[in-house]
Amino acid sequence: MTGATLHGLAAAILIGLGVFGLIAHASPLRKILAFNIVGSGVFLLAGALARRGAEAGFGGDPVLHAILITGIVVAFSATAMATAMLLRLRSVTDRTTLAETPPRHDADPPA
Amino acid sequence: MTETPAGLLIVLAVLLPFVGMMLALMAGGRNTPRVAAITIVCVVVTVAAIGLQVAHAPLVYQLGGWAPPLGVALRADGPAAGMMAVVTVVVAAIALYARRDFAVPEGLVEARAPLAFWLLLLAVWGSLNLIFVSGDLFTLYVGLELLTFAGVPLVCLDGRAETLRAALRYLLFALMGSLLYLLGTVLIFGVYGTLDIELLSRVIQPSLVTRTVLALMTAGLLAKTALFPLHIWLPPAHAGAPAAASAILSGLVIKGSWFLIVRLWFDVMPGVVTFGTAQLLGAMGAAAIVVGSIVALRQQRLKLLVAYSTVAQIGYLFLMFPLAFDASAGAMSGGNVLTAGLLQAASHATAKASMFMAAGLFYKALGHDRIAELGGAARALPITTLTFAMAGLALMGVVPSGAYLAKKLLLAAAADQGQWWWTVVLQGGAAFTAGYTVLVLRRLLASPMAPEREIARVSRLSECTALALALASLLLGFVAAVPGIGLPSGLISNPLAPSELLTICLVTGGGCLLAWGFAQRPSSVRPAKAAFVGVLVEDFDGLLRQWPAASLSLFAFAAAMGWLLQSGTAA
Repeated sequence: MTGATLHGLAAAILIGLGVFGLIAHASPLRKILAFNIVGSGVFLLAGALARRGAEAGFGGDPVLHAILITGIVVAFSATAMATAMLLRLRSVTDRTTLAETPPRHDADPPA
Repeated sequence: MTETPAGLLIVLAVLLPFVGMMLALMAGGRNTPRVAAITIVCVVVTVAAIGLQVAHAPLVYQLGGWAPPLGVALRADGPAAGMMAVVTVVVAAIALYARRDFAVPEGLVEARAPLAFWLLLLAVWGSLNLIFVSGDLFTLYVGLELLTFAGVPLVCLDGRAETLRAALRYLLFALMGSLLYLLGTVLIFGVYGTLDIELLSRVIQPSLVTRTVLALMTAGLLAKTALFPLHIWLPPAHAGAPAAASAILSGLVIKGSWFLIVRLWFDVMPGVVTFGTAQLLGAMGAAAIVVGSIVALRQQRLKLLVAYSTVAQIGYLFLMFPLAFDASAGAMSGGNVLTAGLLQAASHATAKASMFMAAGLFYKALGHDRIAELGGAARALPITTLTFAMAGLALMGVVPSGAYLAKKLLLAAAADQGQWWWTVVLQGGAAFTAGYTVLVLRRLLASPMAPEREIARVSRLSECTALALALASLLLGFVAAVPGIGLPSGLISNPLAPSELLTICLVTGGGCLLAWGFAQRPSSVRPAKAAFVGVLVEDFDGLLRQWPAASLSLFAFAAAMGWLLQSGTAA
């Protein structure tokens, strides 16, 4: 087993764990963390592919490195924005759940 | 492939909104709307110039002079220029509409909501232009993320708890979609070593990896487009935002990820698509039309009704995929069907934006948007009532609207390929649209319930802008007369021909029946039989919009899509 395969497998495990967290956990903070775990998995995969695609004495494919760095910046901004909104929600409602009120059939909603 | 001299125009169309945004932020206070207005004028001129150029030949610009695969190319072809033009018209209209709503209040140096609104409007515009002209899958990813980051805060401009919750749901679900897209990008680069759309389209072959990539990317983009059953975030987000922001979100933002699916299916990997997957996408569209429309008919709030109508109209945008699949070649082929799809997107962008504007004006004038108590609104706001009716007609596809032209082209394609079931969906969808338009109009035209209620004044400029946008959508069918679009002549027939009149009567009659069957009644009146179906559909929709159900359906869709891609070619 080469290093690239090992990294690829680790990436798959990370993505699987993160996806499970995204689906199963109700708390938004855990969802944000799960998003970051999936993201780490994808970045690790990019790294493994960069290693595999490296030629002519390069340590890794530079384009994939560029993608990876941009991806990290985007994921970081997304995390910051989601966390800021979560903090705001907490300061407004004192709770951090995303559950909506269940659909009503007869009751008149408040104005 | 080589760079064109006027290519710099594309860069301007992407950069100007962002430059304007930063200048507006630095100017701050009362200067923000002014800087935004100047920027909008500049970008309108740029987009017009691009349109004139693209009419002759597509534009290409290579960043830094590096040609792909080493560099990144921006390209403006016909569809890109068309979408840019539509977005420009809608953004300009929204800016005029929102001028009064998002002015800095007297006596204040700066207010949060106006500052954020004008900055985000420009950011949405820049990201959309980037998505339309990107020639590279990773640049598209960046554009897509920018669009999400600009769209989400628009939902919670007023900072109420429920809008914050809606925005957070939107953000988290959209992020899940972008990860799937990013995973697809990385995988495809691992195989082909390039992300340039043109280079990829030449080398791409159906294989296990490309099929996985197509399934992952499509699923991820559908989550951002909110195609049923992945519409978890759309109704609360679009209904809770201020009217001008709803118009941006509903008219423009969802078109970004939709356009990316079109690029992917038609330009990047047309040969990987199979008959089954194209049918699956169309079937989800049909389900969106039925469920979205029925739930729309059962709403008590006007803005929620319009939001659910968006859910249904998104379904309409996906009906072109099964019809564009060329069974003999085993690939997606553009042509008239693609034009029809783009026309549908254009007419939806204009009509839905003006519908949200009208809903916002009713809310402002009456102080509420309860459908049952809209009586008398037509007398107070005749222009806005007319706007709502015209936007509804445009969405229904009455001559000479853009939706009519699109419907005609799609019906012809369906008859051509013997796929009669899409004919049923296309006509039935129009009946549902007629249903909720009639439902609202009947309430608007009713006599007032409480005559002493005070009616606030609304801005005449806002009313006229919304009307102009609805009118634009209603007259969009005349683009068929423009040479260079490449449509067959004689598409717009005599609107008073017996067959046309019969279709309109049937669709409207069907709509009235649907509205009568599914709409909510006061509890004193015995509900119609169909109301039970309505309640069931509503519960079903509520169930699907729970987080676990929505995220499971996202991955189930990706799996089903991958399986259909794999098995479709083996057979």
